[in-house]
Amino acid sequence: MSQVQTAPRTIVDRHKAVIWLRQMHLIRRFEERAAFLYQNQKIGGFCHLYNGQEACAVGSIGMLRDDDYLITAYRDHGHALARGMDPKPAMAELLGKSTGCSGGKGGSMHFFQAEKGFLGGHAIVGSHIPLATGVAFANKYKGGDQVCLCYFGDGAINQGSFHEALNMAGMWKLPAIYYVENNMISMGTQLERSSAVLDLTVRGGEPYHMPAYRVDANDVEQVAEVTQRAITRARAGEGPTFIEAITYRFRGHSMSDPQKYRTKEDMDKAKLRDPITLWENRLLQRGWIDESSLEQMREEIRDQVEAAIEFAENSPEPGPEDLYTNITVAPYTPQESD
Amino acid sequence: MPILAYRDALNQAMAEEMERDDNVYLMGEEVAEYNGAYKVSQGLWDRFGSRRVIDTPISEGGFSGIGIGSAMVGLRPIIEFMTFSFSLVAIDQILNNAANMRYMSGGQFSIPIVFRGSSGMAGCLAATHSHRLEAIYSHFPGLTVVMPATAADAKGLLKSAIRSDDPVIFIEHENLYGEKGEVPEGDHLVPIGKANVVREGSDVTLLTYSRSILNTLAAAEQLAGEGVSAEVIDLRTLRPLDMDTILKSVLKTHRCVIIEENWPYCGIGAGVADRIYQEIFDELDAPIRRVTAKDAPIPYNRKLELSMLPTVERIVAKINDVLYRKA
Repeated sequence: MSQVQTAPRTIVDRHKAVIWLRQMHLIRRFEERAAFLYQNQKIGGFCHLYNGQEACAVGSIGMLRDDDYLITAYRDHGHALARGMDPKPAMAELLGKSTGCSGGKGGSMHFFQAEKGFLGGHAIVGSHIPLATGVAFANKYKGGDQVCLCYFGDGAINQGSFHEALNMAGMWKLPAIYYVENNMISMGTQLERSSAVLDLTVRGGEPYHMPAYRVDANDVEQVAEVTQRAITRARAGEGPTFIEAITYRFRGHSMSDPQKYRTKEDMDKAKLRDPITLWENRLLQRGWIDESSLEQMREEIRDQVEAAIEFAENSPEPGPEDLYTNITVAPYTPQESD
Repeated sequence: MPILAYRDALNQAMAEEMERDDNVYLMGEEVAEYNGAYKVSQGLWDRFGSRRVIDTPISEGGFSGIGIGSAMVGLRPIIEFMTFSFSLVAIDQILNNAANMRYMSGGQFSIPIVFRGSSGMAGCLAATHSHRLEAIYSHFPGLTVVMPATAADAKGLLKSAIRSDDPVIFIEHENLYGEKGEVPEGDHLVPIGKANVVREGSDVTLLTYSRSILNTLAAAEQLAGEGVSAEVIDLRTLRPLDMDTILKSVLKTHRCVIIEENWPYCGIGAGVADRIYQEIFDELDAPIRRVTAKDAPIPYNRKLELSMLPTVERIVAKINDVLYRKA
């Protein structure tokens, strides 16, 4: 049975609460500037922005230990930044530079940072969910108590890989947390046109013998509380948890999405519950932050993101020789070349 | 030297490597309590227990992905496909995740994993259970593709595959599991990427691998009685291909026939022949000929199935072709 979170409780101290606000602002600013750079053709390919979903990543990653793991899908900038990736290599990756977090060969959808246990953005929908199960399998195999936190969208629930991976994780009691960011739209297909049931905890919880929670993911504190429960359970060897985080993306699926599937009224309504504004107001009410420190924070973040852009723009492109690097660990010779 | 069946040599390789390195584990359908559909994992569950020899549900994509994920954080999985035909269910994991991970992550994550299992036309298994997929896998940068033909190579190549830090597609042949041969004891490692000249000759080079080695050697033997000296090379690794050994032989014989159980179009032989043409076209005294499986789905009927395969007769005919020789 799913459990629904209703009221937020104070579960972090002031210091961490302010860090979370800063992270959410950083993600929002990073994405806004990425959109601008995309429109100016500095960023190629696909670019999926995280605006509106910031509390999903910040409230959950914020509860991990440094030696835990996380893995996500292609909308991955927010998770990387929430895990503490410097915006410089993140922005450099978007610009395809050799200083990027994946050496300029992964791009927007394939951010990685091994030393932070950030196991990547992955762009085939649902394909990374078994990888998360494998990481959790390895944690248990080695006898450690690390967990693997796995993010995906509501569209991924319909892939076979999701069901195969959760079945084995449930059966083997693996320390994984499966976290669906349900923004109600898989690309342009509304949830009711892709899922036979609208309560996703029904699909991801009981069938695979794991508790399932549904949480208002505009509320970073509620996200954190539910994640903490899942982490405690995983560390204790009791097995995986399924979390359905109800969220809303403020931008299109990717930069090239005219968004004809929803109305301006829908968007205006959603923006009334902007997760950053909600958190900011709560911290102001608690007296944990004031208007002047807030303004200072915003200014620092603006500077930080501009510095990241400057770093990215001034960084070198990968050289022609990099085409053939990092294909295999063994010395690599192309089977045929000019 | 001990005589072992091919399946027992594979078993010995896994047991030795699991003994040597706790990060090595075996996962797949029926590998543990059932001792393997083809008994390749016989006794391993008894010896190593459920932590390291793991039965899975029928979820090839799922357990392949679990293997890859575990390899990202330091384990060295051996993933068994009951037959490589079933790897088609997991092909997204193998091609998108295992083959690309190191590249996409800028070298941060390598995938030391072995995907292994039986393959091929083994007798009335029909179109879905008889696949030979080496051409598909060899197409992809990032993968290593190995196909042992003998018991000794089965052991030596599997041990090397398990120790490789890259994803290895290790394709066995169902009909070779009972084939016996001398197998060195202990740490017998056969290097990946090295072909083996199994019979020396001077008139024609015969390139082959996996089960086709048996009919190719029989064809060479038959022609030896007629004064033809054929050199037989077991390619062993299809990616990366050992072009040095191939070119050295063809520069000596100036003629080449490639024998495989793969389909002809876009097959291994087609690719290898083209690489020889690109390098030493002027040295060839005849066009390269290929003996392949027939270009049809694999039929259930035994006679039709046998008609698909490179027989001694078909191999001899192509050798005679390149020698401009009448049978």
